Amino acid sequence: MTGHVTIRNLSRSFGTFAALRDVSLEIPAGELVALLGPSGSGKTTLLRIIAGLDLPDAGQVLINGEDRIARHPRERGVGFVFQHYALFRHMTVGENIAFGLRVRPRGERPTRAEIRSRVATLLDLVQLGWLIDRYPSELSGGQRQRVALARALAIEPRLLLLDEPFGALDTKVRKELGAWLRDLHHGSAITSLLVTHDQEEALELADRIVLMAQGKVEQVGTPAELYTRPATPFVLEFLGEANRLPCRLGEGGAAVLAGTGDVLAHGLEPDHPLARSGADVTLYVRPHDLLLEPEHEGPVVITRVRMAGAFAKVEALMQGISLTALMPFHRLGASGLREGEHARLRVLHGTAFAAEGVEHPAALRFEARGVTVPA
Amino acid sequence: MGERAQFPRRGGRVTDRLMIVAALAFMILFLLLPLLTVFAQAFAQGLSGYLTAILDPATLSAIRLTIIVAAVALVVNVVFGLAAAWCLARFRFPGRPLILTLLDLPFSVSPVVAGLMLVLLYGRQGWFGPWLEAHDIKIIFALPGMIMATIFVTLPFVARELIPLMEEQGAEEEEAALLLGASGWQMFARITLPKLRWGLLYGVLLSNARAMGEFGAVSVVSGNIMGLTDTMSLDVKALYDSYNIVGSFAVASLLALLALVTLVAKTVLERRFLFSSSATGEAA
Repeated sequence: MTGHVTIRNLSRSFGTFAALRDVSLEIPAGELVALLGPSGSGKTTLLRIIAGLDLPDAGQVLINGEDRIARHPRERGVGFVFQHYALFRHMTVGENIAFGLRVRPRGERPTRAEIRSRVATLLDLVQLGWLIDRYPSELSGGQRQRVALARALAIEPRLLLLDEPFGALDTKVRKELGAWLRDLHHGSAITSLLVTHDQEEALELADRIVLMAQGKVEQVGTPAELYTRPATPFVLEFLGEANRLPCRLGEGGAAVLAGTGDVLAHGLEPDHPLARSGADVTLYVRPHDLLLEPEHEGPVVITRVRMAGAFAKVEALMQGISLTALMPFHRLGASGLREGEHARLRVLHGTAFAAEGVEHPAALRFEARGVTVPA
Repeated sequence: MGERAQFPRRGGRVTDRLMIVAALAFMILFLLLPLLTVFAQAFAQGLSGYLTAILDPATLSAIRLTIIVAAVALVVNVVFGLAAAWCLARFRFPGRPLILTLLDLPFSVSPVVAGLMLVLLYGRQGWFGPWLEAHDIKIIFALPGMIMATIFVTLPFVARELIPLMEEQGAEEEEAALLLGASGWQMFARITLPKLRWGLLYGVLLSNARAMGEFGAVSVVSGNIMGLTDTMSLDVKALYDSYNIVGSFAVASLLALLALVTLVAKTVLERRFLFSSSATGEAA
């Protein structure tokens, strides 16, 4: 049966450091959920508590409605994949994968032939059949992690826990293995919980993201929800680079650049209480939503134009605020942007949060009016 | 070679040679010559003289006693060493630094003092003396005392070898084993022990060499009753004192042989050790 995990009011401290503060969470059966957050945010601690490798100071972990805290790790039926693989160094690949079956009590243990065929099936699944007699030290990092995954799946867990499984691998292998893991997850009836500090990995792979910071859950949602409707400035900035523009909310919910009176963007929710308040806000704009257009008397000065892969990265200054804009590289020539020249600023999409000190947690979304994005 | 070229030669060729000669002279005078003398003296009356000396009942008894003492100490050292290393490497608790320091006590206390401590505790006039005598248990001037003295001086070897190794290897493989359904004993026997085998063997080798060669502590508690409480090391001294030079050196040659075997085994183990830990480093 696929695992449905409920976490209730979990707390865990190490000395004076609070790793988890009253965390509650639902992980629906069958989903691939990413626990995302910076280091020290408590995500690995949470994973280890769910596995039973650590005990909470307070709170409950329920798997399919049953309290698991009292159960020994070996009885929890979870598969665990470690960042540094933790393969048994003195055993071959085949022996590693067979371990979970061989240690079963005599009555439940499959026969030798069954174990052999199960190992072969799992090795086929991770596409490493030809490495069955090798030792872990003879494998590459990506191969080791696939063996670790096969080993974890051998006991047919209801819940697969992965602790930064791709953290020690280089980018290309990481991407391949990530896509492969997602396919594997969707091809089997299993709930997977993936710890990562890489927001791209989480956005790409997960059905649902749990974003954590300082031992607390900041926001839970689908990647699209988190990306388009971040609950806090922290979520917004953790999911990707953003320009910060100090604004005041003007008539009709428009975002007016502080000090100049230029209208940068129009609010999508003019009736929102924050929109009508006329408060100071910070408008967060992703680099690809920031449009610079050459204009002789414009307030923006281009300081640097660089190529960053498929994109051109334009750095600029406006009244002491540094800006970064991204555009497809092929558009750079036609845009007419050159270092040292002036430009004006358009905001295609933006999200505003009340400026610090103002008690108003809600986010406001903005977009440009009457701007056509050049193809 | 290329690295050396970066440093201009300061001294002349003469100084270089003088230093090499001095180093070689030291090695020959202090290591090689004494070792050769042992064998030369042992065979001073030919092979038959050597065999007569070795096959002397008192000597055979000393060899047997040495093996018994070393074997018991070995079992205790392995069990204690594994338990102590597990506890000290895997857990952080109040008093841990104190225990780590205490563990080194046998290294820092003179063996003779260690023997005396046992006499003061278990001897006829010692703290437990009257009680032991009342129950007819003999520790001092008997086998139990010699085993205790040997265990005392060899206790830290295995634990000292295993603690850094266990700390370096970490506990993730054990955690993985538990999560795969292994019991505590399965985890220990199938994961921990194989992981530690080379370090454990190395520690056992060192402690065994020390156990067989121990003189001071055992000498104090044994009472040197020839043919009864004499180990090989004690026998060498006893034979020498009674002007049986060939006998003394014949036994000494056995100990020297043990030392040579230990050295070779140690070198082999160190190679395995380096190989296996470099493979670990790559995996981490």
